[in-house]
Amino acid sequence: MSGWETVIGLEIHAQLATRSKIFSGASTAYGAEPNTQACAVDLGLPGVLPVLNHEAVNMAIRFGVAIDAEIDHRSVFARKNYFYPDLPKGYQISQFELPIVGKGHISISLTEGEHREIGITRAHLEEDAGKSIHDQFPEQSGIDLNRAGTPLLEIVSEPDMRSAREAVAYARKIHSLVRYLEICDGNMQEGSFRCDANVSVRRFGDDQLGTRAELKNINSFRFLERAINFEVERQIELIEDGGRVVQETRLYDSQRDETRSMRSKEEANDYRYFPDPDLLPVQISDQDIASIRAQLPELPEQKKQRYIDDFGLSNYNAELLSSNRDTALYFEAALVESPQLSTPLVNWILGDLAGALNKAGLEISVAPITPIMLSQLITRIDDNTISGKIAKQVFEAMWQGEGSVDAIIEARGLKQITDSGAIETLIDDVITANPEQVEQFRAGKEKVLGFFVGQVMQQSRGKANPAQVNAILRDKLK
Amino acid sequence: MSMSVTEIRRGLAEGRFSSVEVTQDYLARIAQHNPVLNCFISVTDELALAQARQADADLANGNTQALTGVPIAHKDLFCTDGVRTSCGSRILDNFIAPYDATIIENFKRDGAVMLGKTNMDEFAMGSSNENSFYGSVANPWNIGHVPGGSSGGSAAAIAAGLAPGATGTDTGGSIRQPAALCGVTGIKPTYGRVSRYGMVAFASSLDQGGPFARSAEDCALLLQTMAGFDPRDSTSSEQAVPDYSAALGDGIEGLKIGLPKEYFSEGLDGRLAAVIETAVDELRKLGADIKEISLPNTSLSIPTYYVVAMAECSSNLSRFDGVRFGHRCADPVDLEDLYKRSRGEGFGEEVKRRILIGTYALSAGYYDAYYLKAQQLRRMIKDDFQTAFDSVDLILGPTTPEVAFEIGAKTDDPVSMYLQDIYTISLNLAGLPGISLPVGFVDGLPVGMQLIGNYFDESTLLGAAHSYQQVSDWHLQVPELAR
Repeated sequence: MSGWETVIGLEIHAQLATRSKIFSGASTAYGAEPNTQACAVDLGLPGVLPVLNHEAVNMAIRFGVAIDAEIDHRSVFARKNYFYPDLPKGYQISQFELPIVGKGHISISLTEGEHREIGITRAHLEEDAGKSIHDQFPEQSGIDLNRAGTPLLEIVSEPDMRSAREAVAYARKIHSLVRYLEICDGNMQEGSFRCDANVSVRRFGDDQLGTRAELKNINSFRFLERAINFEVERQIELIEDGGRVVQETRLYDSQRDETRSMRSKEEANDYRYFPDPDLLPVQISDQDIASIRAQLPELPEQKKQRYIDDFGLSNYNAELLSSNRDTALYFEAALVESPQLSTPLVNWILGDLAGALNKAGLEISVAPITPIMLSQLITRIDDNTISGKIAKQVFEAMWQGEGSVDAIIEARGLKQITDSGAIETLIDDVITANPEQVEQFRAGKEKVLGFFVGQVMQQSRGKANPAQVNAILRDKLK
Repeated sequence: MSMSVTEIRRGLAEGRFSSVEVTQDYLARIAQHNPVLNCFISVTDELALAQARQADADLANGNTQALTGVPIAHKDLFCTDGVRTSCGSRILDNFIAPYDATIIENFKRDGAVMLGKTNMDEFAMGSSNENSFYGSVANPWNIGHVPGGSSGGSAAAIAAGLAPGATGTDTGGSIRQPAALCGVTGIKPTYGRVSRYGMVAFASSLDQGGPFARSAEDCALLLQTMAGFDPRDSTSSEQAVPDYSAALGDGIEGLKIGLPKEYFSEGLDGRLAAVIETAVDELRKLGADIKEISLPNTSLSIPTYYVVAMAECSSNLSRFDGVRFGHRCADPVDLEDLYKRSRGEGFGEEVKRRILIGTYALSAGYYDAYYLKAQQLRRMIKDDFQTAFDSVDLILGPTTPEVAFEIGAKTDDPVSMYLQDIYTISLNLAGLPGISLPVGFVDGLPVGMQLIGNYFDESTLLGAAHSYQQVSDWHLQVPELAR
């Protein structure tokens, strides 16, 4: 396998989060009964005409501005002609020449501190097709046109990625960005964010690109990595065995973890693109772009830098926190309550909270422990009401819905013992009960101190302040 | 007797007759003549009478709109909620739209009564009305001759007195050419003046709806109802609609009218040229300033048109696939069979020819040579007119190169058929308005004269035509069978 270079370009379809469709007033909500969200325009009835939803254009521009792309003043919709039962008009309204978003770029991070710029060729608007359903009626296919006319932003990258890992990093970065921009909900299971990968291989040093295969039907980042890796191996083996890669579309089968030929270039449609005469060219002024730029939210890169600068976070932690918009929002909401506690907050979010969410299969946006609850917990550690160890108990109780931090501490009697008198009494009892260990300590065996701390904490059922216990013990054992 | 829209409005307002009476009268004439003329694909008797009764109630209550109680026929290309819209095609023989086209809504809003849906060349593709699944329409002036097309049913219905007003659509001459051949008045407005929503598309960048009637005065009334911005049609214009009837009196005096020398050259029947020249003399007497002009790229309009129109139609007609509506072949064995047979059985010859040519023109490797080239020529044709309008207010010429030909005379020669539209097509390419009005007869068949106006200047067109009709009576002539 050595001596080969992998070349990957991605085509990402991000479903735009408009309320109505790109060329009709029908709703875009997911999961409705089949064909209940398709109006006359979506059905392609004779005589109907498309009317552009300008919110989709604004969203596309927002994306363009965020990737520092060229945005032309004039953009044109074109018809892509082909027959398919879930394509009601017999053509898809898309863009060919003059897409909304031209050349741009985005930076991906690989290992600590290592970055790569990935070129974005273009991003254009188009309408989605409906869905064909082949498994519900014997000997017939069903068609659901609810999705027909849903706005998509197709984001086409340059063939700049050199490994499946880089492709995934790029896809995740775009995913993060579109969610930050609030232009796509990013739900891959529902098909709101879909990746097609163009994969080819060549000998290192070749300046010609190899023949590519286009991989489709990939609905998670994990599958993206697997599909590319499978395909790279397939192509290299094929060439090394004296074969030739043919240009074709291949479907990824996640069950079998392989790609299969769907159609070759020869079978591909001639789409006969031409400007759609039903729609006027979109005019975009410099002011439009400027006002969209002014309304851009803080983007992941900027957030990450701010976290490093303001809170002294490591590059790694800052990246983890900022790459998911909801995680960043959680962090920032918790921080409002306890601005001085950023370090423990980050550790809790990326540690215990992330672990619990992962175990429960939940997104951070629906975590049972709200940012305020977590910040209160950390405040109680900070003000010595509870120890870090007790805090884990409280966290667990909050996760189970037992109430607020203070209510749980109160109900369970977890308040830390900080009264030195009470601690002294406990220590005196332990010293009296263990004369042998006292001798050992006094003979210079420092490690025995840990035994005493353990005994005292056990007696206090974890509630004694460990720092105080330590100090008083040392004093008494002298 | 057949009345004008203007006369019917007046009679209704004065209570001389009711809308039900007028409607019954037209329905009776349709019943009498339609078996021969074949103007109507659908006659909506019951609906018409119900609307007429409502109109009479409204008239009695003083709740009167612009066309309350006036019977109108609609080209069967406009979608009508609950009434079949066939487009003259087998593929839509069973199609009932669940919605009204914008202009249908407008006529309802203004109180008009719908008599029925008129015959047409299939999907508006034709110049003789011979390409209809429902059969040819006969020209009321000579039933052995064609009425023109594609809106032949509407034009013939006006000529025969089966309706006082009718709608049509014009992609390359489909209002003006049948108006000329049937001796009635028809106007194709500026592209964008009348909404295309609910008007089944032939060639989207060229299609435009407009009215037919006996006179320019009537056309002004009907156009008033049809025109206006429609948020459902992105290509419709937001420009305000003037009061067309108010502008009728503006007259013709002082208007500079250009005669393109290319419109009076070879190809034009000399007898028609003579008739047009007589009409021009009449206009000169009315004070028009007549001069010769040139539209040098006229000869390019037919090839340009047939690339643009066919490319667009090849895509527009893709939705007729047998999947969701319209004709579906029996027992398809698979998807490809479903497509091939549904479309193969559903579309007629001319429609298939145009889809094939358009598909070819757009295909990889040919796009630049055909579609792109045609777009460039289209700009040149448009520039010709812009230059001309720098020095004239109106352009005048024949509407057609000859009078109505015999049914079947050109069916084997598509190119000769396409040449019928030589004088009308360039307006669609440029998006300009044009009106055809009757100015005489050759061989007992009407001759039409076309006036071409600048963008959104329908008022001047209507005013000039009205002035001419004030001093002539060609538009009042009625064919034998309608007397």
